[in-house]
Amino acid sequence: MGGSKMDVMTSIDSGKLSPKKIALYVVLALAAIGLPLYFQSVGNAFMVHIFALVGIYIMLSLGLNIVVGYAGLLDLGYIAFYGMGAYVGVLLGYVFQGITGGPGSALAGFSYWFLLIPAALAGALTGIALGTPVLRLRGDYLAIVTLGFGEIVRIALTNNIGGLTNGSAGLPRVGEIIVPAAGQKWVYLNLSSANFTFSKDLFWYFVIVALVLLAVFVIRRLDNSRLGRAWVAMREDEVAAAATGVNIMQTKLWAFSLGAMWGGVAGITYAYWVGFISPESFNFMESVLVVCMVVLGGMGSIPGAALGAVIIAGLPEIIRYLAQSPLLSGVLTAEQASAIGDYRFLIFGGLMVVMMALRPQGILPSKRRARELTEAEAIIEEENESLWEAEHKHDTPHGL
Amino acid sequence: MSIDLSTVPQQIVNGVTLGGMYALIALGYTLVYGILLMINFAHSEMFMAGAYFGLLFLNILSKVAFFTSSTIGFILLYVIVFLLAMTCTGILGMLTERFAYRPLRHAPRLAPLISAIGVSLFLQNAALLWISSRSIPFPVLFPVKNYRIAGANVSTLQILIVVSTILLLIGLDTFISKTKIGKAMRATSQDRDAAGLMGVNINSVIALTFFIGPALGGAAGMFSGMYYGNIKYNMGFIPGIKSFTAAVIGGIGNLRGAMLGGFILGFIEAIAAGFLSSGYKDVIAFLILILVLIFRPGGLLGESVVEKV
Repeated sequence: MGGSKMDVMTSIDSGKLSPKKIALYVVLALAAIGLPLYFQSVGNAFMVHIFALVGIYIMLSLGLNIVVGYAGLLDLGYIAFYGMGAYVGVLLGYVFQGITGGPGSALAGFSYWFLLIPAALAGALTGIALGTPVLRLRGDYLAIVTLGFGEIVRIALTNNIGGLTNGSAGLPRVGEIIVPAAGQKWVYLNLSSANFTFSKDLFWYFVIVALVLLAVFVIRRLDNSRLGRAWVAMREDEVAAAATGVNIMQTKLWAFSLGAMWGGVAGITYAYWVGFISPESFNFMESVLVVCMVVLGGMGSIPGAALGAVIIAGLPEIIRYLAQSPLLSGVLTAEQASAIGDYRFLIFGGLMVVMMALRPQGILPSKRRARELTEAEAIIEEENESLWEAEHKHDTPHGL
Repeated sequence: MSIDLSTVPQQIVNGVTLGGMYALIALGYTLVYGILLMINFAHSEMFMAGAYFGLLFLNILSKVAFFTSSTIGFILLYVIVFLLAMTCTGILGMLTERFAYRPLRHAPRLAPLISAIGVSLFLQNAALLWISSRSIPFPVLFPVKNYRIAGANVSTLQILIVVSTILLLIGLDTFISKTKIGKAMRATSQDRDAAGLMGVNINSVIALTFFIGPALGGAAGMFSGMYYGNIKYNMGFIPGIKSFTAAVIGGIGNLRGAMLGGFILGFIEAIAAGFLSSGYKDVIAFLILILVLIFRPGGLLGESVVEKV
């Protein structure tokens, strides 16, 4: 552990990109744009769907990362905000259809674009409404209360609350539609060719990519802001942070509502992309999966949260796909590949236990979080070291 | 809304039966919380495991003619099945402590919580993949009779469940308050380091806690299997949350509080079931949990907890 302290501090402060990192980002960007286009051109619509789905999970994982990773609050009902975004988006969509003159009108197609911000606000406001009473609670109590809240939302949706949600049959009801977003038809008509269809999934994939990039940009800015530093201070020591002037409740509420906001954005996007929502998409298991993504990738790290989402939402499907391709056809049979899909929850569960014991900071950790999560002895060792350094510095002038 | 008072005795009987199960599970949460200050999220899977172990031993032992030939045989069969299922669940609990929680004893508080969620996910899916994804019928091998007591139907099963629950609760209370090991457990929950300095073997006390809690939860799982007639891989989730609520109502860390909380929750649920549509019945426990945590986080019998710096 010793010796690396200075490097860690400097690399936290400077955010400079090395050429290696730039090369990596270029490769990733090319893959993110090229692979779905490739899959679409060879007629593999399923993989395009998976890419878009992984994108949704990346957004959720980035949002929850604000709450769990930055602020250190374990939220086990995060999926409720995702559900809120989806349901509010669809229900307000009906209102929008009414105002613009029915689902067939030219303007109705703008409902998604117009409602994106209201849905984000719905998520954020739900976060504030839940957070205000419960954020006083200690970590583990908070976890279980958020779990209860998530279940209450799901049960309320299932029971057709206020006659709005159509119960477990989901929305839209028979005879209603979620109007496809403006632009979807345009790209289909103008960017398709004889052997390439610019499909609905592909269109939404690029919308989701744009939203993910926006999320990354906003969250990076937050991380380096006054609020971001307050989150870190609070996470490391709540009492000390309060003593130095951090308003704990306000700081927690910001984390909760900003995290919930991205849940809302992901929710409405999912609803308008898939065109159908039901309460079962927003169950407790989904919340746990998103927590898994954040933990596996690395709490408090943006690349980590994204990687976690890719691994957990994408890898089982990618393995299944590869098993059917000539590349791996000799290595894995189709049965083995689908067994991997069945065993994924078992594997993720085991992985969470192993990760906590061996690498609690995750695969791509934030450097600061990694230092916190390593054992107390290491910190004591470093404290001793800095004491020694201090004494040593004190000695030098004497030597001169 | 008109209230049919004639159903009240029946609701009380149902409430006591349910409450007993909640109390048994809640003890597991409260014991672990008292000593390690962590919520054992995997405890609901101990409840599930107990039911599966119970079914396994019931299937094996009911093949022995002696057990099914006489009343004494039946009683012996169930006593043995219960003890075996409780022991196995207890051992499973000790294993989870050894491998998932002990390495994290000095880690930040979020770490064991996440690890516990991992254990829960693992065990649930182990049951799903290696046993069955459907609900499995849980047979009751003795004839069940219904008695009419004070306007309520009481079945042999309910009597058996309530009596065994009360025996287990009294047994645990005596064990904790009267024996030397119980004293060691109480000492450890008051101050782990000081207890260690006084010669208490902390590791074995914690291991024992993780034996007793899951064993009681496992017994509740078996009761639940007998009462509802079937078991499923995800049967632990809802009773787990409800029992945690019970533990919080009584004051988490307080044993008698957990027992009281279990029965209170059972009553509230049984009574409220008459007034609310069945779709919302699980919401009651969640609402009570949230309200108690906000307004009286120490619970009914708990002390108010001061955040340690």
